[in-house]
Amino acid sequence: MHMKKTMEEELWEYLDGVLPSAEQQRISSLIEEMPEWKEKYGELLELSASLKKVSLDEPSLRFTKNVMEEIARTRIAPATKNYINRRIIGGIGIFFASLLTAILVYGFSQMEFSSTADSSFTGKISQLDFSKFFNNDLVNVFMMINVVLGLVLLDNYLTGKRKQFRKQA
Amino acid sequence: MLAGNNDNELISKVLRGDQQAYAGLVERYQAYVFTLALRMVKNREEAEELSQDVFIKAYKYLADFRGESRFSTWLYTIVHNTCLSFLRKKKPDTRSLDEEHNFNLADNRETSFRADLVEQKSRQAMVNQAISQLGADDAGIITLFYKSEQSLEEIARILGIEINTAKVRLHRARQRLKEVMETRFTEEVKDLT
Repeated sequence: MHMKKTMEEELWEYLDGVLPSAEQQRISSLIEEMPEWKEKYGELLELSASLKKVSLDEPSLRFTKNVMEEIARTRIAPATKNYINRRIIGGIGIFFASLLTAILVYGFSQMEFSSTADSSFTGKISQLDFSKFFNNDLVNVFMMINVVLGLVLLDNYLTGKRKQFRKQA
Repeated sequence: MLAGNNDNELISKVLRGDQQAYAGLVERYQAYVFTLALRMVKNREEAEELSQDVFIKAYKYLADFRGESRFSTWLYTIVHNTCLSFLRKKKPDTRSLDEEHNFNLADNRETSFRADLVEQKSRQAMVNQAISQLGADDAGIITLFYKSEQSLEEIARILGIEINTAKVRLHRARQRLKEVMETRFTEEVKDLT
């Protein structure tokens, strides 16, 4: 069964012409020499030819007219690249990257690297005081940075939009 | 068949404001789009409506077509997404589109199909019917390979898969097609050979 499947698979690849020339040659010889291969090849060749001849289904005669009527009421949207400002995306990327770096730097600065530190890490986690990291001042500073940067990005976006509309008008 | 060397020329005309040039693209690809939609939704009226939506969407977002791939490749992604979202919306009040359902559907249509066969008596019609009984993915990949003349590399790119996976999927689709033809139409095949 498995052998038969492999033969069929190989024959399809031979018919599709996707085999390397050496393989193509090998299958060609097998078809000539082995009756089983020859029979299967004939069968698949016939199916392949039928598949190539199958006609596409046609929609109704009014199809093009219907589409063109709809299109008369439609406007082509501007290309995405025209209204997606790469600088804004870059700005967002830089913001998140610097936020991540700030958190990492802060985190590492709080860590105890001395050799006298207790090696039982799991025990330490439960003793961690998260309120130390998320005290009000720290959260407020991050929130302020977020809000200011958000407003700057929104301003950039709206300015771009306004320029675009003026240009179109 | 879908070579369309001057697709880009027509697209440029449309983008420059010549709306009528779009009719040329619609005429060239309407059968391709309609066939792909029909293979997915299995209903002519719905397929026609969806095909119209596809061309309208393609027109609306034509400025986003960068010409890096063939226009037919770009159209296929719109057909695929439009039909998928339609099927998702439709799902609650219909049966699933799995193979079992397709076979049941085939059973229901068998009477009319036999009448068709007597009329047409052609292997092509039979192959076409067999394709329509396949699942959407299988029918889609066969249509792309044989009717849209897309290479395996292009199919892999369209479907977002590896070339080897595309090869395997095409092979499985042809296997299933053969099975459908052997189990459903054995008598008819004998008549024709």
